[in-house]
Amino acid sequence: MFKKIIKIFKNSKTINRSDFDFARNVEFETSGEKLHTQIKNLFSGSLAIRQIDAGSDNSCEQELVALSNSYYDIERFGISFVASPRHADMLLVTGPVTRNMAEALKIAYEATPNPKIVVAVGDDAIDGGLFSDSYAVSGRVDSVVPVDYQIPGDPPAPMVIVEHLLRIMESYSLKQISARVGSEL
Amino acid sequence: MMIFVWLLQVVLTPIAAPLFIGIIKKIKAKFQNRCGANVFQPYKDLWKLMHKDEVVSKDASWIFRYTPYIIFAITIVAGASIPLFATYIKNTLTGDFLLVIYLLAGYTFFLALAGMDIGSGFGGFGSSREMTVAALAEGGLIFSLLTISLAGGSSNLFSLADQHMILKNQFFLPVLLAFCGFFIVLLAENSRFPFDNPSTHLELTMIHEAMILEYSGKRLALIEWAAANKLFVFAALGANVFFPLGIAQNDSVCAVIVGVLALLIKVTVFCVFIAVLESIIAKFRFFRLPDLLMVSFILSVIAIGVM
Amino acid sequence: MMNILASETGFIVLFFLFAVGAAGSLLLSGNDKLANACASCFSIAGSIWGIAVSVAVLATNSVVNFTVGQTFWPLLSFNFDVTKLSAFFVFTIALISLFCSIYGIGYIKHYYRKYSIGALGFFYNLFIAGMILTVTANNALLFLIFWEIMSFASYFLVVYERDEEQNISAGFIYLVMTHIGTLFIIAAFLLIFKYTNSFDFSVMKQSAELLPLSVKNAAFVLMLIGFGTKAGIIPFHIWLPKAHPAAPSHVSALMSGVMIKTGVYMLIKFFLVVLQPVPLWWGLTVLTIGAISSLLGVLYALTEHDLKRLLAYSSIENIGIILLGVGSALVFSALAMPELVILSLVAALFHIFNHATFKALLFLSAGSVISQTHTRNMEKFGGLIRYMPQTAFCFLIGSMAISALPPFNGFFSEWLIFQTLFKGIFLMDFWTKWFFIFAAGSLAFTGGLALACFVKAFGSTFLARPRSAVVALSRESTFALLIAMFLLALLALLFGVFSGWITSVLKYISTGMIYRADAVVAGSAYGNSFVVGNGSDSVSAIAILFGVGLAVVFVIIAARFVINRKQKEVIGETWNCGSALLPRTQINAAGFSRSIVLIFKGLLKPSMQHDVEYLDAQSRYLPSSRAVSVGISDVYDIYFYKPLYGILTSLSVYSKAIQSGNINVYILYILIALTLALLVVV
Repeated sequence: MFKKIIKIFKNSKTINRSDFDFARNVEFETSGEKLHTQIKNLFSGSLAIRQIDAGSDNSCEQELVALSNSYYDIERFGISFVASPRHADMLLVTGPVTRNMAEALKIAYEATPNPKIVVAVGDDAIDGGLFSDSYAVSGRVDSVVPVDYQIPGDPPAPMVIVEHLLRIMESYSLKQISARVGSEL
Repeated sequence: MMIFVWLLQVVLTPIAAPLFIGIIKKIKAKFQNRCGANVFQPYKDLWKLMHKDEVVSKDASWIFRYTPYIIFAITIVAGASIPLFATYIKNTLTGDFLLVIYLLAGYTFFLALAGMDIGSGFGGFGSSREMTVAALAEGGLIFSLLTISLAGGSSNLFSLADQHMILKNQFFLPVLLAFCGFFIVLLAENSRFPFDNPSTHLELTMIHEAMILEYSGKRLALIEWAAANKLFVFAALGANVFFPLGIAQNDSVCAVIVGVLALLIKVTVFCVFIAVLESIIAKFRFFRLPDLLMVSFILSVIAIGVM
Repeated sequence: MMNILASETGFIVLFFLFAVGAAGSLLLSGNDKLANACASCFSIAGSIWGIAVSVAVLATNSVVNFTVGQTFWPLLSFNFDVTKLSAFFVFTIALISLFCSIYGIGYIKHYYRKYSIGALGFFYNLFIAGMILTVTANNALLFLIFWEIMSFASYFLVVYERDEEQNISAGFIYLVMTHIGTLFIIAAFLLIFKYTNSFDFSVMKQSAELLPLSVKNAAFVLMLIGFGTKAGIIPFHIWLPKAHPAAPSHVSALMSGVMIKTGVYMLIKFFLVVLQPVPLWWGLTVLTIGAISSLLGVLYALTEHDLKRLLAYSSIENIGIILLGVGSALVFSALAMPELVILSLVAALFHIFNHATFKALLFLSAGSVISQTHTRNMEKFGGLIRYMPQTAFCFLIGSMAISALPPFNGFFSEWLIFQTLFKGIFLMDFWTKWFFIFAAGSLAFTGGLALACFVKAFGSTFLARPRSAVVALSRESTFALLIAMFLLALLALLFGVFSGWITSVLKYISTGMIYRADAVVAGSAYGNSFVVGNGSDSVSAIAILFGVGLAVVFVIIAARFVINRKQKEVIGETWNCGSALLPRTQINAAGFSRSIVLIFKGLLKPSMQHDVEYLDAQSRYLPSSRAVSVGISDVYDIYFYKPLYGILTSLSVYSKAIQSGNINVYILYILIALTLALLVVV
């Protein structure tokens, strides 16, 4: 076991900063750093995300999970995934909303404290995608809860997600989010 | 000087505690080959949560609403009642080890009630599990500190820390054994591996997280902060009562500064230890936890026996 | 004034008040309201008078010893001896019965036109008077009479709600067990009488050295069983969880709060005063029994889902804790360590006192819930904090006190008991030390389990959403009930905050009890502040109260008004991971403690029964209903009482053989008996 630990410590630099796909890494780092700055402005440097699976085919989940792996490591930009919508600032909704999940999605939306941002991730979530005509699907995400932003792709790659998150952060100011919530109420 | 030291004694716990949560997370991230969040991330989280709105369940009573304030206050009082960096401020009013243990039992009591209050299935199960673990951890906790208390002939934590029991030959083994018992309880009481996974998202396996699923905004911030305080209190207790090296024994400025630094270093070592443990072992099955807690109790009993 | 109170007159007035209350309510039993008023007024007056008398006895430092009238029997004398210890118990009994009587005014109302109020008032007053007389009697025969009055009065109170089948059987078990206990007590008294030739307790004490050690030991075992049955030590506790819940709640409070303590009183009196000096193993036995009772008591309490039975089991636990103090006092007195005897005795007495207050508080709050919901089943409660907020608050204070959370009184007595045991571990030789380690270990686990138990009791009764329709119909109780509960809750706090002062009074009581007035106890072990030993172990109740209080206020102000005051609160549904919220989705009382029960399955022997009904009996594919009932099997009944009963029955069957029905045979028996008797006499 100790050998393994020592190995991990020895290798950490080489794996994280390898030549493998270095160019893309730089790009990711730049947008990540920008995102970090924006989160600092908007959410005091801490963005909590609750991911909601509203009947997804799991492809989007794969990509979202990839965000917190050792390659992308989104946590260093102050973003964390949390266990309850009560703790969250942002809801990432994936999947065409199935009939069974529509109610749950609504409850989750109401359970999230303000200010909150709702993002539909993936083509399925935006317009139903492949499943749009299915009898089991109740409709797009924005037909159930108000959606602030959409991230296209089937599924969107982690890089794409981060770039879009950056755009969300750039396009909204906290006042806007709060005002939008106020008008809704 | 005295006022300043007392002020430091009171505010050190809440100020320093979130840092160590950050340190644990950072080390764990390193183990996973990640860069990880900044060590000051917990402060940012707390600050953000403080400024968010809250959603409170319509089933919640005043127990749910006031628990965060109560348990945060309890951790502050507990933090002020233990030797943090100086032993010469003899706190004879609240410095008793049983008092600290039962104060922290009050923390568990209110948190468990708050978990049951909102009537969600997960909160109730969290409370049930938390109380199971807490009830069985009580024996190990009391007995590990009792070992030190018997060795030092006092139950006041400050005078126990003052005596540097570990340096005395005849007490070296008992103190070490009792420390092992104490460390197991530290993990249990603070919902760390192998008792609970603090970063789990799976409601069915949660213990501590399940109770606080319902909290949001300011109250969530206070609860997270209180949990950080509790970890800090336990780590400081372990560091100063069992290994009171570097702690200030007189009121010179230099000794106090050394004391604070020594405390921070020792607690960091604890955090490294916890993080390493969390990275290399798996969570235990729930019904195997009593065995571990019994081990902690028996270690302390042996420690008393060999003394 | 003080001298009049602390004299014969004071006591006779005291009994007179209760007697008038009892007789008056019986006479007025035609009118429910008048009977209630009469019984309650006189019991309140009697309790206040009792408090005054006992305080006067303690304050004037007098020993009231008096004899009332003359009797025809030379061995029985109406001799009363009010020592400081008796005065302390009279004070405890009177204090608790004061609040129970106030509570009774309102509580009895729901018995109007159902049961006889006059009878309730009669037995209630008789019961209190019986308890006070029991702790003041100075003659073994007189004591037994009062003991029986107390037992019978409480029996009639247990079966008071006679329409319910289970109350009758509970009362029967109580009656049988309490008389088995009395049997052992009588045997012990007779044994001692054989050597001292007097039933007078003070004579017994003076001539205790006449007793050979073997007789003393036998008397110890007999008394431990006899008084232990009343106190509810395991395994003689089986009547307690049945009888206490059956009685009306204010009577349960008295039974659990003070009646079982009369057993402890007699144990203290005989082992620490009358039969001194004692061998070491007595103390170790009491210590072990205390440890086992406390641990098992709390485990059984955890398994209960009947609110009052839970409280009854928790009384067993607390009796165990008290016996830990008494046991260590015995050990220390066997080893001639007077300071520590006093320390442990103070711990035991303080816990007796504290347990009386918070257990009464809990029973009264439980009674308030039960009078509204008409069920004791915790699975039917839930969310009562919204319907009965004040009751809930009182129950919370009681739960915190009994779980030994500072700054309430339970913490300080448990702290003292812990300190006592620690001193034992520290000072004893190798073998004795392990008894103390075992005792301290069981007390440590008891503390943790009691916390879990009362989280369960409070949480499933008052929190979350209602589990049945009865909850929505309940309203907050009336003023009389609330005032009694709030005063007790206040006492639980005040006795905690002023624990230093109270322990100094208790120290004075126990010093006076064990030593003659002129004997000097070395050093001030723990004076006015709450300090043990040479000042190294101390705890300040006021500092805790103000520390926690100030911290809470500061945190609330800081979080609410300094950091962010613009914050909004939205009321929403509970987040249940998106699934529907039903009363059944919450955890229930059985589920809450299930994991602890399974962990201790070796001790508790949990049982589980599945009942499935199928729509279609042949194929068994579609179940129409499924039920799982979980519980624990009654170990004492199966392994102790049932075999005992079996042996007795089979013995009776064998002895039946001599009953031939033939008159000649019986004459032969008489002849044999006479011959034997003659032989013995000669």
